Amino acid sequence: MGKVIVVTSGKGGVGKTTSSAALGAALAQRNEKVVVVDFDVGLRNLDLVMGAERRVVYDLINVIQGDAKLSQALIRDKRLETLFLLPASQTRDKDNLTAEGVERVINDLKRHFDWIICDSPAGIERGATLAMRHADVAVVVTNPEVSSVRDSDRIIGLLDAKTAKAERGERMEKHLLLTRYDANRAERGDMLKVDDVLEILSIPLLGIVPESTDVLRASNIGAPVTLADSRCAPAMAYFDAARRLAGEELPVVIPGEKRGIFGKIFGRRAAA
Amino acid sequence: MSIFSFFGKQRTAPAARERLQVLLAHERVSSGSDLVSLLREEILAVIARHVEVDNDRVRVTMDRDEHMSVLEIDVEIPLGAAVRAA
Repeated sequence: MGKVIVVTSGKGGVGKTTSSAALGAALAQRNEKVVVVDFDVGLRNLDLVMGAERRVVYDLINVIQGDAKLSQALIRDKRLETLFLLPASQTRDKDNLTAEGVERVINDLKRHFDWIICDSPAGIERGATLAMRHADVAVVVTNPEVSSVRDSDRIIGLLDAKTAKAERGERMEKHLLLTRYDANRAERGDMLKVDDVLEILSIPLLGIVPESTDVLRASNIGAPVTLADSRCAPAMAYFDAARRLAGEELPVVIPGEKRGIFGKIFGRRAAA
Repeated sequence: MSIFSFFGKQRTAPAARERLQVLLAHERVSSGSDLVSLLREEILAVIARHVEVDNDRVRVTMDRDEHMSVLEIDVEIPLGAAVRAA
C-alpha cells in the first residue's frame, strides 16, 4: 500500500506546488512509483509547473463524479516513467470535491502507487482540509518569515485535529520543509534562523531549500527542479528531503552557508 | 543598544522570533484547539463542586513540544473561599 503525503502550509506562495513537484520527481528518480495530486480546484498549477499543461484531459473532479476512470485522468511524466500527475479541475466548483469521493480516489491510488503526494491549496478551507484528510505524513512548507510561520502553526493544529489519523487517535507524522532560506541573511540577523523556526514550530526538520533562481528557472520550462538541474542547490535539498521521507537518516546541511568560519555541517536530528 | 547599531541597521530577526513566540502562545490557546476550551469548562465544573472559584481565575494552557504536550492548569482560589465539604 502506498504512503500518502500532504504538502501543506496555510499561507500561499511559500512553495507547496514547487515542493510537491520536486519531491515527487525526486522519489520517482529513485524508481519508486509516484503520483502527485493537485487539490487546488479552480486554480490548478501543478500541471504547469510539471510541464503537462497541454496534456490535461480529465481531472480529479471528473474521477470523483464518475465521468472518467482514474487511468484516463492520470498523466504520465514524459521524462520519468514512474511519475504521474492527477490534475485539479480548472473550471468546476470546488464543492464537487466531496469527502467520500476523495477517500475513494486516494484508496484507489494507494493500491497502484508507492507514494501519493497531495498538493494542498493555500488557506484552511475545504480543499486544504480534504488534501490533508487521508495523509499518513505531512510536509509543512514554511518560509523563514513571520506570517508563514504563524500560518504553519495553525496548519499543524489542524493536522493534529481534523485528519482521519488524528480522529482515530493516532499521531500524525509532521515534518518541516523550510524553503527560500538565505543563510547569509540569517547569519546577519535579518532572517529567522533554522533553529528559531524549529523551536517555534516544534516539528522535526525534513530539509532546508535555499532561496535560488534555479527554482524559477525550472518552473519557467515546466520541469520539477530536481529534473531541470539535478546538481543545483535546491535540487540537492529536495533529493535529501526525499531520502529522509523514504526513511534514510542523514544530517541536514544548511545550504549556502559560507565555508570556513561559518561553514558548519549540523548533525541536527532530521526526520526520523 | 547593541554593537550592531554602530555598523548600521539593527538585527530584526530576534524581534520576529519574540513576536511569534508571544503571539503563538496566545493563539494556540484561544483558537488552536477545541480541546483546551472543553477541558477548561469541565475542570471548572469539577472544582466548582467543591470550592467557590471565579471563572476568570482558571487558566488552562497547552504547550506543544516535539515529543509531548504539556497541559498546564492554573487555578486561583481566593482566600476565604467557601469550601463545600464533600
